[in-house]
Amino acid sequence: MSILDPILDDFFWRALLGGLGVALVAGPLGCFVVWRRMAYFGDTLAHSALLGIALGFLFQINLSLSVTITCALLAIALVYLSRSRALATDTLLGILAHSALAIGLVALSFMPDLRVDLTGYLFGDLLAMTRQDLGLILGGGAVVLALLFWLWPGLLMATIHEELARVEGFPVARLQLALMLIFSLVIAVAMKMVGVLLITALLIIPAATARRLASSPEKMVLMAIGFGMIAVSGGLTLSWNVDTPAGPSIVVSAFTVFVLVYALVRKARA
Amino acid sequence: MTNLLVRLERASVRFDKLQVVDDVSLDVHRGDIVTIIGPNGAGKTTLIKTVLGLQPLTSGSIHKTPGLQIGYVPQHLQLQTTLPLSVRRFLSLTGASTKECQAALHQTGIPQVFRQSIHHLSGGEMQRLLLARALVRKPDLLVLDEPAQGVDINGQAALYDLIRSFRDQLHCGVIMISHDLHLVMAATDRVICLNQHVCCSGYPEDISHDPAFVETFGRPVAESLAVYQHHHNHHHDLHGDVVDERHSSQHQDACDHHVHS
Repeated sequence: MSILDPILDDFFWRALLGGLGVALVAGPLGCFVVWRRMAYFGDTLAHSALLGIALGFLFQINLSLSVTITCALLAIALVYLSRSRALATDTLLGILAHSALAIGLVALSFMPDLRVDLTGYLFGDLLAMTRQDLGLILGGGAVVLALLFWLWPGLLMATIHEELARVEGFPVARLQLALMLIFSLVIAVAMKMVGVLLITALLIIPAATARRLASSPEKMVLMAIGFGMIAVSGGLTLSWNVDTPAGPSIVVSAFTVFVLVYALVRKARA
Repeated sequence: MTNLLVRLERASVRFDKLQVVDDVSLDVHRGDIVTIIGPNGAGKTTLIKTVLGLQPLTSGSIHKTPGLQIGYVPQHLQLQTTLPLSVRRFLSLTGASTKECQAALHQTGIPQVFRQSIHHLSGGEMQRLLLARALVRKPDLLVLDEPAQGVDINGQAALYDLIRSFRDQLHCGVIMISHDLHLVMAATDRVICLNQHVCCSGYPEDISHDPAFVETFGRPVAESLAVYQHHHNHHHDLHGDVVDERHSSQHQDACDHHVHS
């Protein structure tokens, strides 16, 4: 640790390392969000993270764990509910997203001795990242990457055509469950950085930028990771020099790259 | 019976109160080409989905030969344009080698699209690509849902010829759904006319004379396929239910009467 200490003791470097770690997992997951049109779904899960925070405080358990569990349960409930088709999926998602957020906020207000920095959870507090947070991000990120790498062919095939994947023997229902779990883990990991309100942006903007340039799914993932890392570095630099909030700055720099790529590159190749 | 690939016995599928597939029994052997025809909403797609394992049966049973490899050509391939995908990558996802993928494209007559984006293919090229993809998996059973959809009339005949030649080459069984009656009659071994239940089934030359067939497709169609016809023994009302003037309580018997196979 002694060699890394100068880096890990500096809050800016901790923030940068954590941010790059998040970009590494946000890239591939963001691609799935773009491919499977899950942007609003992701938003709903992210909003429910605040409920996870409240429950974590209530039951005195690790916040990352409670956020992961809450998001995963909501994801499964959503998949089940959207199958019943009683309401259109976007209506259902709209109801659950904001209800989960509101319930989370109300639940937190019932804990008066608790001094919670709400802004930190809503918009991220990257610069306050501790060594322990960094460990969680890198550990959670490693789990997510390992899962994605292991399940990649099935996840990709099920995304291209679900029935074809099922006929070819991929366990599509279980893969979908795995994707929900990965999603929940990424939200728990990324929440620290950009906050629940901006997670979806961090997922889809780099992936959408990559779509303009990529000619294969794998290239799109690598490019999305690259654009995510550029956004994190750019946002943190902006935050450091002009003293802007770190999370929103990252999203602003991701958006800037997106606009530049779409303005300068004429057409997608594939 | 080692050549038996799939056996459906009294298979029924019901969505809530709607009977979609009603008491269908069907055997498919190696080398068979079975074509399912029938009006819209007749349960054709649902029936083949039970064979594919995508749709559970409400009652009845399905038996597939253990280890049966199925090649599936779906009806509409709605691909997300947000996912960049080349023809090459789409084929290689089956685990086949580059050489095998190219050979399959060659056989289906579209070798030039190998490096193209899948989003830039024409309707006919897409159908041929899907067929090629089913073939690289070396299926025992090929299941096609309206394979000639979006293909021009010359291409349609060529496509059915292609399917027949693959049957000969792979010695696989084929089940397909089709609306192209003229072409189907020439390219198939056995036709099943479905309207929830099996209206009639048999060899193409027999079935075009069958009154149930005439009833389902209307006289002009049947007459264009067959020279003569005889009187019907059952009718379908607007719900597709069988109305038999003389034996209205025995509609299943009336239908079975027409099974020629």
